[in-house]
Amino acid sequence: MTGLVALLSFLAVFALVLILGNLVAKGASSLDLNFFIKNPVPAGQTGGGVANAIVGTAIIVGLAGLIGLPVGIGTGLYLAEYGSGQLGWIVRFVADVLNGTPSIVVGIFAWRWMVKPMGHFTALAGAVALAVLMVPMLARTTEEMVRLVPHSLREAALALGYPRWRTSLRIIARTALAGIVTGCLVGIARIAGETAPLLFTALGNLNFSTNLLQPMQSLSLQVFTYATGPFEEWHRLAWAAAIVLMGLVLLLATAARWAVRQRYGSSR
Amino acid sequence: MTTLPLEPVPTQADDARSALRGVNRGDQVFRVALTALALALPLLLVALVGQLFVSAWPAIKRFGFSFLWSSVWDPVAEVFGAAPMLFGTLASSLLALLIAVPLSLGVSIYLTEFAPKWLRQPIAFLVELLAAIPSVVYGLWGIFVLIPFLRGHVIGPLRAVLGWTPFVSGVFYGNSLLAGGIILAIMIVPYIAAVSREVLLAVPGNQREAALGMGATRWEAVWTAVVPYGRAGLIGAVILGLGRALGETMAVTMVIGNRHDIGLSVLQPAYTMAAAIANEFSEATTNLYLSALFEVGLILFFVTVVVNALARLLIWRVARGTAVGSRAL
Repeated sequence: MTGLVALLSFLAVFALVLILGNLVAKGASSLDLNFFIKNPVPAGQTGGGVANAIVGTAIIVGLAGLIGLPVGIGTGLYLAEYGSGQLGWIVRFVADVLNGTPSIVVGIFAWRWMVKPMGHFTALAGAVALAVLMVPMLARTTEEMVRLVPHSLREAALALGYPRWRTSLRIIARTALAGIVTGCLVGIARIAGETAPLLFTALGNLNFSTNLLQPMQSLSLQVFTYATGPFEEWHRLAWAAAIVLMGLVLLLATAARWAVRQRYGSSR
Repeated sequence: MTTLPLEPVPTQADDARSALRGVNRGDQVFRVALTALALALPLLLVALVGQLFVSAWPAIKRFGFSFLWSSVWDPVAEVFGAAPMLFGTLASSLLALLIAVPLSLGVSIYLTEFAPKWLRQPIAFLVELLAAIPSVVYGLWGIFVLIPFLRGHVIGPLRAVLGWTPFVSGVFYGNSLLAGGIILAIMIVPYIAAVSREVLLAVPGNQREAALGMGATRWEAVWTAVVPYGRAGLIGAVILGLGRALGETMAVTMVIGNRHDIGLSVLQPAYTMAAAIANEFSEATTNLYLSALFEVGLILFFVTVVVNALARLLIWRVARGTAVGSRAL
């Protein structure tokens, strides 16, 4: 039986190796400089790149972070500092409910809320949808990290006559900073790969665009379009774009682990 | 006649007094600001539910409960029934659980009880990485690797063994319930494994020691003492995985075949609620069509909320007071 559980574990790891291996095998040969600096060419032609999608992902995810990070971290601080009452319980429960919400539902919510009134698809709506996905998770990790700070630190600061708010920000949040940064990186990694919330908000765009009030391409949307399209050439590009997307997410996930290790020695 | 100022002008003495009472202007501002940020989430939830409900209302009013069991989905005649999607969502998720539960329980038991110390962190990390792979990449892999593999090496033997059952019958098109279920299984393994590992770690050591002390082998100790103790939490982990599988969109959309049909065979194409929204939302030309899709979204939302709440309660029962599972949740 011990052998069986070991086998199952290696099977799970094997699945990961297999997927990453296939990605590299099928996409790596298409990665060259042009792939990163050129925009897509019309269907039927060969060549072209995903520069618009890389820039689009950076803009949409960056904007989502700009909206989501303050709200998420603030909510987490609230939960850790004042969250013992009824409102704290409600916020915690709502965060958990929203955390399990399917991303496609958030997508149609953002469509109804932002795209429909404005009359057209916008990158801004996509960023808002992604921010909505990120906030609940961020709130919970921030709370958890702040709670790890030893109580004696807070008492020491208060005993020295520090006001509570400065204690919270300068002592508590500062001490938990590495943990909070980790939470942020994990949150951003999670939304960077999301596709479903962008389908009806950012929509995708075959041209280069940095206009927040117009449709914008993202790597995930590009992979989806290319993978489900009918052309061989598109399939080739889909694998290459998937490598870039995967690389971005892995980079963020590894950075998150590194941030934890900086602060706590080894993770757990 | 002069009027006296109603509010006394604050003096230094007042400042000192309020400081002694523990009231500080900075504290008040800080607390109000944080509370305002924290209120964003409940307001968001209210807006989300309200918006979905209002948008779905025309369809709810028109079709009532028949929406849930009618399997007619005809945008031209404007008749909508979501039964095939409900069935497909349930079927693909259960199929995923069938594969993922043994796999992830195996992983978590191996990691907490048997694996050599130096191997635990790396394996846990690699399995967690499965959760980092974007859904759309799973879909890509499903289309170009998994489905050809199933066609070439799995369907034949599967027919030979189970061909007599209704579950393995008909033509294999590639895009199918089976492909969707397998992809979902790989996607939810990291969640179930991570939470059940934390649940097993939260089982007190004396459970284990007592069983070993009575002469049980290590496996018997795990199977008769540790796992039963954590049963509620493990079931919670599985239900959590179910919640993930129910709402998963992109990967499933890309491999499940997207056909409005109820069939028992796993070789046939099917449909899920999330996939229907992803596929048809931008094609929905009439208001009623759109409203029907919003109703699908509303149903999906409530189902996942109930499933997640249940999972949470069960996990809490084992690991009361700890943050087990909150990361994955």
